Amino acid sequence: MDTSFAGRRRRDLVVAFCLAAIAAVVPLFVKDVYVQNIMVLTLMYGALSQSWNILSGYCGQISLGHALYFGIGAYTTALLFTKFGVLPWFGMLGGGIISAIIAMALGYPCFRLRGHYFVIATIVIAEIGLLLFHNWDWAGAALGIDIPVRGDSWLKFQFTRSKLPYFYFALALACVAWFVTWWLEDSKWGYWWRAVKDNPDAAESLGVVVFNSKMGAAAVSAFLVAVGGSFYAQFVSYIDPESVMGFQFSLLMALPAVLGGIGTLWGPLLGAIILIPLTELTRSFIGGSGRGVDLIVYGGLIIAISLARPQGLVGLFSPKRKEVAR
Amino acid sequence: MTAETIIQSLASGLLMGLLYGLIAVGLALIFGLMDVVNFAHGEFLMIAMYVTFFLFAFFAIDPLLSAPLVAAALFVFGAVVYLLIVRFAVRAKANAGMVQIFSTFGLAIVMRGLAQYFFTPDYRSVTNSWLGGKTVSVAGIFLPVPQLVGALLAIAAFGALYLFINRTDFGRALEATREDAGAVALVGIDKNKVFALGWGLGAALVGLSGAVMAIFFYIYPDVGASFALIAYVTVALGGFGSVFGAFAGGILVGLVEATTALILPPSLKSVGIYAVYLLVVFIRPRGLFGSM
Repeated sequence: MDTSFAGRRRRDLVVAFCLAAIAAVVPLFVKDVYVQNIMVLTLMYGALSQSWNILSGYCGQISLGHALYFGIGAYTTALLFTKFGVLPWFGMLGGGIISAIIAMALGYPCFRLRGHYFVIATIVIAEIGLLLFHNWDWAGAALGIDIPVRGDSWLKFQFTRSKLPYFYFALALACVAWFVTWWLEDSKWGYWWRAVKDNPDAAESLGVVVFNSKMGAAAVSAFLVAVGGSFYAQFVSYIDPESVMGFQFSLLMALPAVLGGIGTLWGPLLGAIILIPLTELTRSFIGGSGRGVDLIVYGGLIIAISLARPQGLVGLFSPKRKEVAR
Repeated sequence: MTAETIIQSLASGLLMGLLYGLIAVGLALIFGLMDVVNFAHGEFLMIAMYVTFFLFAFFAIDPLLSAPLVAAALFVFGAVVYLLIVRFAVRAKANAGMVQIFSTFGLAIVMRGLAQYFFTPDYRSVTNSWLGGKTVSVAGIFLPVPQLVGALLAIAAFGALYLFINRTDFGRALEATREDAGAVALVGIDKNKVFALGWGLGAALVGLSGAVMAIFFYIYPDVGASFALIAYVTVALGGFGSVFGAFAGGILVGLVEATTALILPPSLKSVGIYAVYLLVVFIRPRGLFGSM
């Protein structure tokens, strides 16, 4: 087995291709709408977490405010479509670009901050965004926006009869986010980011432009998350500030990467595959009582995994791969 | 807007600010001691409020009298949380910062779930307590008595904490451990014991503020979330690790909140606090009184 870095990267690409191909045929056999819904959400959170991982995992700038970009993506698409009749595809691109610009504009002052000061700044900025959208009458304020149904079509990216198109888009998004990470991992940016994460002062002294590499990571990360938000708006067809910009989204983007393995290529997807079905299943099977058992199970799992596997679950697969493969 | 309204709201802002300081100081103490941010801090407050409520509902003990009992209960709780969870989180060899954030965050979710399970999501309140709903008039300004007592309690607690840290053996051990947790072992201080007592003390201070908050605020499983973010901002504003900073940060947050409520619609009053936080750290990245 080729154990060199280049060999590992080739193998990752092949594995990813096989997994994507397998995932693509699964919904042809699993017709249950509830299960399909969970699969769409799993892929979406996998993609979001993968994007979050670029800034927070590889570059080490822990953001708990990515809900802002998710919300901006969702709102840009929904507003352009309902107010001006602009197709969601352009809204998606526009939301991504706006988010990337905002991420850099916010990064300009924020990237001077370190540690907890930075984390709290990201939380606070997303909260300000949430409160502003709550009070912005033109954008529906607290009531939100109902996206009118104009019939099933890829052009308008609306499907009422089947969840399959959403599934394939979410799969594509997850593949793109994974591929971007795979590609950046071995680019000069990837090396800069890891240097910035490990020791920003040493990186600076060796000629890495720390500030610019943080800005680059923020822009890529925000763009992809906004595309996810835009997809989510089409998927649920109704958005309000809490449901697309609430703090829980910032967490749901971070958790899969943390559980799977932060700053790793496979961590976010692995984390999402475990966490999202678990979240949905506990919610519908034991959360229905409204008595919080789902929260106890969910929180307990987070404590257990973060204490038992600080490096993430992905480590379970790689070091002993040979024995397992045989 | 008359001068009277402005003075009136600044006065209540100041009282609320002192309470924010008391809520936040436990967080500052723990961070100063061992560089850990407790992301379940709001849930500690929630538990303190429930303990106050049940002591009142079942044993008719007024919050004013039960405050020391609540503080004692939270002391034990804080120490147990350290021994069961945080002690292992700080030992993590990889991603130490992440592990601390998410293990305490997982604890917050579990605590909320347990509160929902045992206490139901219903809103509770302490009705007809000695201080509840009363106001006093000082020079024509009306002040709510619970907040006033809370503010005085906060000042007393900060004074006591100052003396405690500077004048007692345990306080000195605390200071020494925060300076150099490795070296204190050489002079016979058990680091784990100091950390556990530090967590107990931090939680006891939250207990005190929870007893006061229970007099005038609704009690429900998610109540902590609304105060937790204010507490983090308060601590960061004052500068992480600085106990005095939490006191000053609390007062600033209270005054800014009151001022914002005068200018912007009430639903935007937190925007002022957040904006001031950003402004301060953009100019001084280590908060007002923090050390880098």
